[in-house]
Amino acid sequence: MLAPALVFLGPALLILVALVVYPIVATVIFSFQDRTGDGFVGLANYREMLTNSRILTAIRNNVIWVLVVPPVVTGIGLVFAVLTERITFGRAFKTIVFMPMAISLVAGGVIWRVVYEDDPDKGLLNAGVRAVGAIFSAPGAYVGAGPSEGLREDEGALVLADPVPAGSTVEIGLLRLGASDIPEGARPASVTQPADGAISGAVFRDFTPGEEGTRGELDAGEIGLPGVAVELRDAAGEVVARSTTDERGRFDVPSLPPGSYQVGLAASNFRAPFSGIEWLGPALVTPAIIAAYTWIWAGFAMVVIAAGLAAIPREVLEAARVDGAKEWQTFRYITVPLLAPVIAVVLITLVIYVLKVFDIVLVIAPSNVQDDANVIALEMYQTAFGARNLGLGSAVAVLLFLLVVPFMAINIRRFRAEQG
Amino acid sequence: MRGIRSARAGALFALMVLFAAACGGEDGDGADLDADLGGSVEIAAVWTGAEQESFELVLDEFSERTGTEVTFTSTGDEIATVLRTRIEGGSPPQLAILPQPGLLNDLAEQDALEPIDEIVGDLVDESYAPIWRDLGSSSDDTLYGLFFKGDNKSTVFYNVGAFEDAGVEPPATWEEFIDAAQTLRDAGTTPLAIGGEAGWVLTDWFENIYIRMAGPEAYDQLTNHEIPWTDESVTEALELFAEVLSDDSLTLDQPTNVGFEESVDAVFADEPTAAMVFEGDFVPGATDVAKAAEPVTDYDVFDFPSIEGSDPAVVGGGSVVVMLEDTPQSRALLEFLGTPEAAEIIVAQGGFSSPNRDVDEAAYPNEIGQRTASSLADAEVFRFDLSDLVPTELGGDVPGSMWSILQDFAQDPSDVQGTAQRLEEVAARAFG
Repeated sequence: MLAPALVFLGPALLILVALVVYPIVATVIFSFQDRTGDGFVGLANYREMLTNSRILTAIRNNVIWVLVVPPVVTGIGLVFAVLTERITFGRAFKTIVFMPMAISLVAGGVIWRVVYEDDPDKGLLNAGVRAVGAIFSAPGAYVGAGPSEGLREDEGALVLADPVPAGSTVEIGLLRLGASDIPEGARPASVTQPADGAISGAVFRDFTPGEEGTRGELDAGEIGLPGVAVELRDAAGEVVARSTTDERGRFDVPSLPPGSYQVGLAASNFRAPFSGIEWLGPALVTPAIIAAYTWIWAGFAMVVIAAGLAAIPREVLEAARVDGAKEWQTFRYITVPLLAPVIAVVLITLVIYVLKVFDIVLVIAPSNVQDDANVIALEMYQTAFGARNLGLGSAVAVLLFLLVVPFMAINIRRFRAEQG
Repeated sequence: MRGIRSARAGALFALMVLFAAACGGEDGDGADLDADLGGSVEIAAVWTGAEQESFELVLDEFSERTGTEVTFTSTGDEIATVLRTRIEGGSPPQLAILPQPGLLNDLAEQDALEPIDEIVGDLVDESYAPIWRDLGSSSDDTLYGLFFKGDNKSTVFYNVGAFEDAGVEPPATWEEFIDAAQTLRDAGTTPLAIGGEAGWVLTDWFENIYIRMAGPEAYDQLTNHEIPWTDESVTEALELFAEVLSDDSLTLDQPTNVGFEESVDAVFADEPTAAMVFEGDFVPGATDVAKAAEPVTDYDVFDFPSIEGSDPAVVGGGSVVVMLEDTPQSRALLEFLGTPEAAEIIVAQGGFSSPNRDVDEAAYPNEIGQRTASSLADAEVFRFDLSDLVPTELGGDVPGSMWSILQDFAQDPSDVQGTAQRLEEVAARAFG
């Protein structure tokens, strides 16, 4: 009796056709058309898709996502599920791990965008990284200073280009120092005549507004720079003497053997503070987003696996333990195989979600690295609705569809098997 | 751009409250309006929020003087769609204010617009620089549009204190600009903040350099893709841009890591971390820090420097009034919008420049506004922002457009040829 069946199936079929079948067919047709959908272009869109470097990056990134995220998330979920069964605050712990699932991916993305921020005043991670970094290398007092005339850079240090003989005075000018970079108590620079066999000199800010002075020479009114570490090297390049400047920028190295010396300012004066890690730079952006995604989805994996775990018959585990199996062996040879169907569901669900990943990439990746973080779904959206290239966008959508289909088929087959 | 819009909107609103008290009962000069006109007229524009409220002040003045009921239709960013639908439906608004000349051309080709030469042609010739007639005309030289608003995107804002500390004067030429930048650097202030995390900041830089080096004709050809992006004029402009980008002592951080708002705050802060920021005349209203700064004493402005003796040129945008239906009321409102009086009402709100040369400078809320507006009205060369004129795939906020190509260029300014090549590939696809 076909008619009654159709009457009951009709509404559902109609909705299915209108909302699923029709768009799929239309998208496939669009994918063979030009950017406005006015004419057919054959396979040109597909050819473009497989040669366009940005789309290839998107495909490559999606492969990374699919290979990394489902196993990692499932693994973390499994570990959490098994461990929370044993600990006192298991329920509270589960609630906390599950909480990120309660917020949208967009909100989660915004949170992580801030966590990854470069500026340590905003970005939690870089604040930590810099705090640790500062312990290992103390920043100098004159970060950002640059050489004036007569100086050259040498492995971070600034040295006078020409060696000077003992008994001379030197004038060492620094540039790129603002008024706020000069320590309090600094006074106008001056130079004292050295004793026999000594080298003395001054380190000063070689800048006067209006540019009246001569670069590389100490002019009236230029401020001495206190606390600068000065190094003297002999002809072999060995440091033979050190000194530090006073509040007028003066330094004095007495009683040197005759000969000429290379006068320089130590690299430690200029060492920049450790600037942290560029989490959202082109290199790390995809791993960074994957980590954020994992944080959100670990709770899902954990809850589903924990439910499966609760369904495992206790006797089997007891029997294994009675037979002398260690904890690890029980887990590896009893728990995991019994959980396999649940784990498979979690894995496949994640694969499908990860293939379609979109919003979190859009939110976390700064616009200048979005090309590096690109994924297929984002590329589809940007091409079709950003660049208004309907044809190419549809071709990307078809690719995404084809990639999802096998996993849907697996899911459906499992579903059928369970029903049967 | 959203952020800027809303920031500007905030500034506009604040000024509007001040103005509402000041503008009542002012007597007109020049607008010859029929007090018994009556009837009604509809005008559509993209403006929303505070911009809309400012513009409605102008419309209120018109209503009061003529007894005509004016309906303002805000279309948001979808003005092209709205107008096309209304035209097809046979009931277009009588007047519309279009944000780009490309749309004027499209509508003129569809015969959707009324020529307005007979109504405001004389006014346009008298009160506007000749370029505004060209921009308001269709490809067959019929005048269809009257420019009501202009945006000046060739302005460099600087921190007055930083300039004084370094003893430098606002530069007029590119060489002076680079000299000033180096002196500022030597004095310990980072010379330039470039908010290259926003791609449009970089395209605006490129456009301003290009129009000065290659000239307005080449600029038009490039806009229409009549010359390729691999043309020598493009690579030369990129090379000059690279002078700034490749010397990291001249820019705050790596430009692509600096957001637009950040770049503005760096210059407008009490303790600036950079001395100069280039962008449009909307910069002083773009962030809270900028709004808190005092014009002229804290910050000031100079025109984008001339390159190789180029004439004063302005890259920017504008909003053009077109007439879709010729009625006595739409004629009267169009005429009114062309008067300095109408423009003075809205420029007083701040953040709004009029290309009409007869607008009294005193109408602008401060000296900075006066100066950016007068460079706009007096520009011998004015061109629309190239990235607004080319297809979105090339000029818009989509991956792979010139936004991201120039961002890659900012990270590796040595690759001039490769950058030009990539721009050409996208342009060929976008125009193809």
